[in-house]
Amino acid sequence: MPILDIQNLSVTFETSSGPFKAVDGITLSVDSGEILSIVGESGSGKSVSMLALMGLLPWTATITADRMQFAGQNLATMSARQRRKIIGKDISMIFQEPMSSLNPCFTVGFQIGETLRQHLGMDRKARRARTIELLDLVGIPAPEDRLSTFPHQLSGGMSQRVMIAMALACKPKLLIADEPTTALDVTIQAQILDLLVRLQKETDMGLILITHDMGVVAETAERVQVQYAGQKVEEQHVKALFRDPHHPYTAALLAALPERARGRDRLPSIPGVVPGPSDRPPACLFEPRCTFATDLCRQTVKRQDEALGQALCNYPLVAGRPQNHPSQSHATDETRKELT
Amino acid sequence: MFRFALSRLALIVPTFIGVSIVAFAFIRLLPGDPIMLLAGERGMSAERYAELQAEMGFDRPIVAQYFDYLLGLFQGDLGTSIVTKRPVLEEFFTLFPATIELAFCAIVLATTIGIPLGVLAAVKRGSWIDQTVMGTALVGYSMPIFWWGLLLIILFSGTLGWTPVSGRISLMYFFPPVTGFMLIDSLLSGQEGAFTSALSHLILPTVVLATIPLAVIARQTRSAMLEVLGEDYVRTARSKGLSPRRVIGLHALRNAMIPVITTVGLQVGVLLAGAILTETIFSWPGIGKWMVDSVFRRDYAVVQGGLLLIAIIIMFVNLIVDMLYGLINPRIRH
Ligand SMILES: Nc1ncnc2c1ncn2[C@@H]1O[C@H](COP(=O)(O)OP(=O)(O)OP(=O)(O)O)[C@@H](O)[C@H]1O
Ligand code: SF4
Ligand SMILES: [Mg+2]
Repeated sequence: MPILDIQNLSVTFETSSGPFKAVDGITLSVDSGEILSIVGESGSGKSVSMLALMGLLPWTATITADRMQFAGQNLATMSARQRRKIIGKDISMIFQEPMSSLNPCFTVGFQIGETLRQHLGMDRKARRARTIELLDLVGIPAPEDRLSTFPHQLSGGMSQRVMIAMALACKPKLLIADEPTTALDVTIQAQILDLLVRLQKETDMGLILITHDMGVVAETAERVQVQYAGQKVEEQHVKALFRDPHHPYTAALLAALPERARGRDRLPSIPGVVPGPSDRPPACLFEPRCTFATDLCRQTVKRQDEALGQALCNYPLVAGRPQNHPSQSHATDETRKELT
Repeated sequence: MFRFALSRLALIVPTFIGVSIVAFAFIRLLPGDPIMLLAGERGMSAERYAELQAEMGFDRPIVAQYFDYLLGLFQGDLGTSIVTKRPVLEEFFTLFPATIELAFCAIVLATTIGIPLGVLAAVKRGSWIDQTVMGTALVGYSMPIFWWGLLLIILFSGTLGWTPVSGRISLMYFFPPVTGFMLIDSLLSGQEGAFTSALSHLILPTVVLATIPLAVIARQTRSAMLEVLGEDYVRTARSKGLSPRRVIGLHALRNAMIPVITTVGLQVGVLLAGAILTETIFSWPGIGKWMVDSVFRRDYAVVQGGLLLIAIIIMFVNLIVDMLYGLINPRIRH
């Protein structure tokens, strides 16, 4: 029984230039004790879908979902007040920019203690003891001295540790880490990821790790969900995904990894950008950037079954080759031509 | 913090000298002769005139007069009023409490109403509440004080008869000043009705004086809040499951207060300028009215001394605001 079960989640923003669908029918589930990674370029709706589930989107957002279930409770129908009893306690979230995510006017001790008071009603003494324990848990040296520290006195890595301590304060069942290491130095990135994975193993919570770095996915995740322009384009276990990506977008992301691009002068990157509200393709959203695109891809796009990673593609790749693609024969023609 | 205060103090000396020159020059640039004004309709003989001129030192070269004045200043002597013959400093301290009382009430009114209104407008951004608040603020901001004061007097004192027209307290009551603040003194006097009378005299001038600062503070609070509400740490606070009241009233407002405090500090200068008009409209016996009267009498010593003292107060208040700023913003404190 998954701890989080989301079916067909969509988020539409009311913008000055009309409605914009930032999340388009996302389905995802996480078990406790599991790490799910969500990968995708900037603008693919990773943050928005998580904020929707936390209830943190502005009023311009319209959220629809067939199901949004957390630990047996329906997040979609509950009131804001009921949801506030869950978020920060059973589901907590850490963000991309640790330095700006802590309030500059309050001490570290205050900001962690506040969560403890809100959800567990701890008194001052208990809060202090638990805060020290938490800071120690996330590897902050001399935790007692840190209580009266202000955020601007902390480095990025330390700030993210404090954010993690705050998120873990009430022993959550699910932690959402939204690109927790993107803003940090490379050496610190590894430390923070190790910390997150270690804590996740120790506490048996579910962890959603959002990233746009396939390297991070390879090191940490168990199951991977690839998101593009608000849609889920593929889902596989990490090993299988790296061995045999089924969606051309996943394949392109993997090809952009430095270790796979060895021997070339420059890293290959995917030309073009994620479509915005104005240039949304009619069927397959990856079509303008896809090397395998055909006329069919401009008319319709097909969701493949589990065996093909639920790839949202008319010509899913198997071992790097698009299945049933018209160019297959064409390609052989060309090879023949070259030979002669 | 201490070094910070010292560096600010070091700035005060040159400002002080600058203001003393401006104040000294300003009143002398105005046409009109204090001695002739003193003599009034009757005029005076040439000998008497020369005698008075010598007595007041007006016969000496202007630069020498200035240095005499500066020398006096460094000995704590701001000169003597030509008209009342009392020391300027003494007059100032007799009248200053009336102005402080008015200015204090005005700033309290402006912040206690302006800040919540600004917060409300920011939280309800784009709604009719926001538009009403900001529209009213714009009107208040561009309100000519003199006209506004008269309008209120006509309505509340004239037509409705709710409030007195002028002064600090009804003539029925008399008691010696203890603190100089009428609200406190009237309570201390124990006379029945004295406090209510003092309060009713204070209401209209306070409203008039508070109007512009209130509008400025509301607008500044709104824009500071709007900025802060989009910050990552506000999202963090909400992600902790805190109530909207705590997120807005504590996490956001504390940060938004940093620029607002500066604005409030700057309003003190506006208040003292506004006090000049307000006190004149309501015959409020404070330093604003004192300054205006003295300008008309060309009472050189009072005008230059008064301007200097007002400048010192403004500098002093700005210093306090800077300290407060450091207190609320930990990034400066450490
Ligand atoms: N409040 C909003 N109003 C309108 N559009 C929004 C709003 N918030 C996000 N969007 C849009 O939704 C889309 C998805 O944004 P989102 O932040 O989820 O992307 P992301 O996958 O998290 O990217 P990143 O890697 O940059 O964090 C973007 O095109 C963004 O411009
Ligand atoms: S559907 Fe067509 S355009 Fe879209 S990813 Fe698959 S091959 Fe490319
Ligand atoms: Mg994001």
